[in-house]
Amino acid sequence: MKTESAETNSPADMPSAVPFWNDPDKRAVVYQILALGMVGLLGYYLFSNTLANLERQSIATGFGFMDKEAAFEIGESPIPYSAADAYARALLVGVLNTLKVSFIGIIFTVLLGTFVGISKLSGNWLLAKLSGIYIEVLQDIPVLLQLFFWYTIFYEILPSPRQAVSPFAGVFLSNRGLVFAVPHYHPVYALMGIAFLGAWAGVFLLRKWARQRQEMTGRIFPVVRVSLLMLLGLPIGVWIIGGAPLSMSVPALTGFNFKGGMNISPEFAALLLGLVLYTSAFVAEIVRAGIQSVSHGQTEAAMAIGLRPGQILNLVILPQALRVIIPPLTSQMLNLTKNSSLAVAIGYPDFVSVANTTINQTGQAIEGVALIMIVYLCFSLLTSLFMNWYNKKMALVER
Amino acid sequence: MEKEKSILSDESNIRPPATQVGVLGWTKKNLFDGPWNTALTLLILFFLWKVIPPLIDWFFIESRWASTSAECYAADGACWSIITYNIRFIIFGLFPPHLQWRPLTAMLLLAGMLFYSRDRRHWGKGLGYAWAVALFVMGLLMKGGLFGLAPVESTQWSGLPLTLMLSVFGMVAAYPLGVMLALGRRSGMPAIKSLSVVYIEMIRGVPLISLLFMSSVMFPLFLPEGITINKILRAQVAIILFTAAYIAEVVRGGLQAISRGQYEAAESLGLNYYQQMRLIILPQALKIVIPPTVGILISAFKDTSLVVIIALYDLLKTTQSVLSNPKWMGFSAEAYIFIALIYFICCYAMASYSRRLERELGANT
Repeated sequence: MKTESAETNSPADMPSAVPFWNDPDKRAVVYQILALGMVGLLGYYLFSNTLANLERQSIATGFGFMDKEAAFEIGESPIPYSAADAYARALLVGVLNTLKVSFIGIIFTVLLGTFVGISKLSGNWLLAKLSGIYIEVLQDIPVLLQLFFWYTIFYEILPSPRQAVSPFAGVFLSNRGLVFAVPHYHPVYALMGIAFLGAWAGVFLLRKWARQRQEMTGRIFPVVRVSLLMLLGLPIGVWIIGGAPLSMSVPALTGFNFKGGMNISPEFAALLLGLVLYTSAFVAEIVRAGIQSVSHGQTEAAMAIGLRPGQILNLVILPQALRVIIPPLTSQMLNLTKNSSLAVAIGYPDFVSVANTTINQTGQAIEGVALIMIVYLCFSLLTSLFMNWYNKKMALVER
Repeated sequence: MEKEKSILSDESNIRPPATQVGVLGWTKKNLFDGPWNTALTLLILFFLWKVIPPLIDWFFIESRWASTSAECYAADGACWSIITYNIRFIIFGLFPPHLQWRPLTAMLLLAGMLFYSRDRRHWGKGLGYAWAVALFVMGLLMKGGLFGLAPVESTQWSGLPLTLMLSVFGMVAAYPLGVMLALGRRSGMPAIKSLSVVYIEMIRGVPLISLLFMSSVMFPLFLPEGITINKILRAQVAIILFTAAYIAEVVRGGLQAISRGQYEAAESLGLNYYQQMRLIILPQALKIVIPPTVGILISAFKDTSLVVIIALYDLLKTTQSVLSNPKWMGFSAEAYIFIALIYFICCYAMASYSRRLERELGANT
């Protein structure tokens, strides 16, 4: 017995002692080949069927259709576009519209979600309860239904442009959307933009310098106040030096619709509202959980070493809460971007909507759906790259 | 001595001030704690005072519950008549009216099964078999064609039964697939692992709507000539493929939470991989992830509303077709509020159940 076990333990004897179907390593190879083979066969089967079907319906494969004239109008576009442009440009407009609604949506979602999340932890019973109801109700109603609801409100309940509601001077709310006054274009505004970016760069350098100085000398520089002053002051200074242009493009009713000013279409408004309200409910829960994850002892310890409330929040609570909040928050941002594809249901020309029109016009179903998937995969890839970077940066450095 | 004693006993008899306890104390502590809190409370109360009475007016007092649409147009309040008049179409859609008891029975059966399964003491093999039988009976009630039930075309399946069917069957079919994918992702075999990772990440990276488009416009191209699969089944497949990826991620979380010792103990008992998973690892891992799995069921239930975009007659679509009837045009808010209520009740029930379960399971371990 003893000698036998010693023999089987020596690796040289293994192959002869164990038949190959009982050797886990070899079995694994067989399984993998089988799995790959099955997937390959399935892929080949679908592929050959598809080719046969395409040939029968005489649909050309490939992305050649991208250069052809799109021949359909797009309701709103951040870049110049007409029906005479190519499909490629129409699809680009779709991507830009998706990015536009997602970007604005994410900003509002984070602001509203943070507010509601903090409110749910408020000592004020009414506020906490109201926030709880907000979160519960909006989370449990499908986002598509919410989009339809808001779109309906915009279309059915708001009056026609002639009877537009005007809550403030220069702002009109009607079933054609929200119109408001914007300043006439003036070269100073471009300079103001540059000044604003410059101010950001300045703030960045200032923070670095202030941190270094604090580490060297222990003296604290009022970074937040000076930063705010720079961010606001520089553009306003440029504006005043540039002659303080004040002329506004005020919307005026001509015929059946408004001319001038900035117009937010009901589709965009409904989409933005629906996405923001729905996603902010989830964000609120994330923010609440993040804040609650920082134990109360941390606050007490921070108080004990004499930090002011603002410092406690900035230096103790937020860095720890954000570690918990940021990962699920980014996935909610991605969710918002993915849900913006529901725009197709209410007629906002986002990427999926434009791609859908393209599929219907050209019959290029495979290319169309592939494009949709690739674009969204790019978004999620970018998000996960950011996440990995952030997690690496934020990972607890334990001693 | 005497005096001191009396002071002491006096003090122990002193009750806390009336403003610290009872209703008054609660109100003070929770609503009027300091000037900022008081201002906030007053602001909210003012806001509620402005909003709630008109809403109640619109909802209940000025509303019409069973009038003709003409009367509704004349009234100021909500027109719930759109619901009471069209309730059968909204719920059952195109299902033949004289057979609508069948989807109703199926839904009641589903509700009964869900209600019975709530209690953890009922969980066991028997319940699994009961669910299999119940799902079969539900399918039979919908489809007919056996035991003297008149067959019903799947194109006539619509409304709430369709919504429930897509989510329940979607979940049931996606679950094993998701568990397999999760095991695949944790597997040591590189080919299987990478296949699982690619599948999971790809599906999770794209919106459901792109899969539904795929099922409606691309899928017919995949099949050999002459074979067609009906639209509902194609959408169901898309929902299953989509949900499976999310379940896989949840289950993976459970698998990761099982300590290394469990795997090693199972190995040292001489169990092979399938026995290890079936007897040791999965029962523990799946139990941990029940609450997030209910969360996925909730989102699957909400996401079925997306099939409206590929023109399936789910609950949302039947409502919209009622609204496109010129007689009832303009009462969208009421109709949407009604189905929002249906969705809300279902999701809220599931969510609070999941929270309760989380508490119980948390308390057990």
